[in-house]
Amino acid sequence: MKTSMTSMQQPTVAAQDGRVTPSAAPSSDSPLTVSGVTVSYSEKPAVFSVDATFPPNAMSAIIGPNGAGKSTLLKAALGVIPRLSGDVHVFGRPIEQARERIAYVPQRASVDWDFPTTVIDVVQMGLYRQVGLLGRLSGQMKTRALNCLERVGMVDFAQRQIGQLSGGQQQRVFLARALAQDADLYLLDEPFAGVDAATERAIVDVLQLLKAEGKAVVAVHHDLSTVRNYFDHVFLINVRRMAEGPVSTTFTTENLQATYGGRLAATHLDELSVAGAV
Amino acid sequence: MNPFLDALFLQAGYNAALVAIGAALLGFSAGSSGTFLFLRKRALVCDAVAHATLPGVGIAFIVMVSLGGDGRSLIGLLLGSAITAWVGLFLIEWIARHTRLAEDAAIGAVLGVFFGVGIVLLTIIQSMSSGRQAGLEGFLLGSTAGMLFQDAFVIAIGGSLAVLATWLMRRPMTLVAFDSEYAAAIGYDVRRVDLLMMGIVMGVTVIGLKLVGLILIVAMLIIPAVTARFWTERSGNVIWIAGAIGGASGYLGAVISASAPALPTGPIIVLVAAGCFVFSLLFAPVRGVLAAVIRHRRFQARVHRRQGLLALAAQHPIREAYTLRLLRHEGLVRADGVPTKTGRAQAAKIARDERRWDIARQVHQDVGLTGRYDGLTPIEDVFTHDEIADFDRRLGRPVAVGGE
Repeated sequence: MKTSMTSMQQPTVAAQDGRVTPSAAPSSDSPLTVSGVTVSYSEKPAVFSVDATFPPNAMSAIIGPNGAGKSTLLKAALGVIPRLSGDVHVFGRPIEQARERIAYVPQRASVDWDFPTTVIDVVQMGLYRQVGLLGRLSGQMKTRALNCLERVGMVDFAQRQIGQLSGGQQQRVFLARALAQDADLYLLDEPFAGVDAATERAIVDVLQLLKAEGKAVVAVHHDLSTVRNYFDHVFLINVRRMAEGPVSTTFTTENLQATYGGRLAATHLDELSVAGAV
Repeated sequence: MNPFLDALFLQAGYNAALVAIGAALLGFSAGSSGTFLFLRKRALVCDAVAHATLPGVGIAFIVMVSLGGDGRSLIGLLLGSAITAWVGLFLIEWIARHTRLAEDAAIGAVLGVFFGVGIVLLTIIQSMSSGRQAGLEGFLLGSTAGMLFQDAFVIAIGGSLAVLATWLMRRPMTLVAFDSEYAAAIGYDVRRVDLLMMGIVMGVTVIGLKLVGLILIVAMLIIPAVTARFWTERSGNVIWIAGAIGGASGYLGAVISASAPALPTGPIIVLVAAGCFVFSLLFAPVRGVLAAVIRHRRFQARVHRRQGLLALAAQHPIREAYTLRLLRHEGLVRADGVPTKTGRAQAAKIARDERRWDIARQVHQDVGLTGRYDGLTPIEDVFTHDEIADFDRRLGRPVAVGGE
């Protein structure tokens, strides 16, 4: 049987942390619980039977090599791409019943940048679910959208067409849109990809503030050197779940090597340990 | 009076007035509801769907005749066309989703097959002895000759519903067109929104069949939206500007075709809309071709001016004729290439700014600020007065350029 073979092959490191078996009821504490999720493009699974439990009031990173299914896992959890199998619970409820508690920041590449929309329009998109089909955006909501732009330092650009911004500025606007949703769980797909250092700092500051407000943040992340500085919890994935737990105990050379296999050169690991990251 | 003015003020007879009003209403609803078709980049799907209406017209006619009618009931024909259009849309979706064929192949296949079947059916109908088949080919390119009050009525009701639905669904459709991944993540059913959008567009296609015809209806849906895009950066405005352009083209096109014998209405409407498009393409203030050319020329002039002044500051000869002409035109160099007094002053200022940037790069670790150096951005736009004064203190006294 394919399933049992896979579980036998799982490296021992994966079994150390408090693993939630798929049969266990998802705790209502956990902002995001994924059980037995498999996603496949054509007939090759990109994500295979993955369980994950992300902790509340923390910043979590989904980490793994290119093509390991990091973004795929996030999108499948959200239902942006179909799941072949598996369940997703948000704060203990099926995700369909908890949509209003989730905010999402997609990868910048997913967007039509020549679209006729201004920065403030984009932020107000975060309010659409709340406004509904017939409702009007109240003055209070418009103020809230401006406040969200303020929080990411983009309020001066409110009237610009979205395509006129730099990559980092676009990413901040996307974050502002997620903030406008006023959610409890923030999911981000590679928020630091292709942005300048100042933007990375600004985004991290906003995310830390969210955490301080008691919210949960889960981000797909690729820069191993910043994991220790930014995150509390890591989830290592390479098609299957490789390891999961607090950064201090789970973000180890051993687990990284298991996750990245030969693809993480020994020199890279050395650099990380020199930098104090591992 | 002039026949054009007669038609313009609806004085050219009952039929011409009916056609003009109907065309204006159809133009408005097609323009506004075509907005999201354009923004979602589904124009070709719509073209295939429009062609897929033809077999429906034929089948509806045959069914109505075999049931003993004369086969000319407008509602019956439109219903038939809507059904096969829907089947065509469904097939495109299905082929793109469940086979290895890409959407463009699916569009081509559906368009060709359905249109072919439609033409075959029309040919069969022409050889039928029963029913009044004359006029069915009007669905291909539209015909206004026998336009009845009920035709205009169908357009008015159907068109209003399409505009209302577009307005109601503007937020989900905007989200799906701009960022479908995000729309799905926050709980919109992207497929359903897309189907609804195609449904609205299909409705407009069906009510426009009689007037404009299935071959040209896609132009009435797309051209106004594309034209409107030149004039605004907000999708909400595109809806209404496109509606206005579509409505005006419809009215004007109908008036022009009524004012001269044997001018076909549908194609004239499309040509008027195309005229608006060409005008916008050339002359729109920001996105137009002319504006882009002017912007580029200005930018080029700024670059050459700056390079020329830097050359003056370094006392290098200016070799490029364009640079020299530019500087001479601004009175910065004399005809023999020697800098004037203002030229020397400006060169000194620019050379000093370059040295200020050098200092800024040493002083400031923040690449966010020094990274804004591109040779053209004035240093005053990036650093404050006090900061520049500080750079100057580190630089020492200003040095005259090319001076005594």
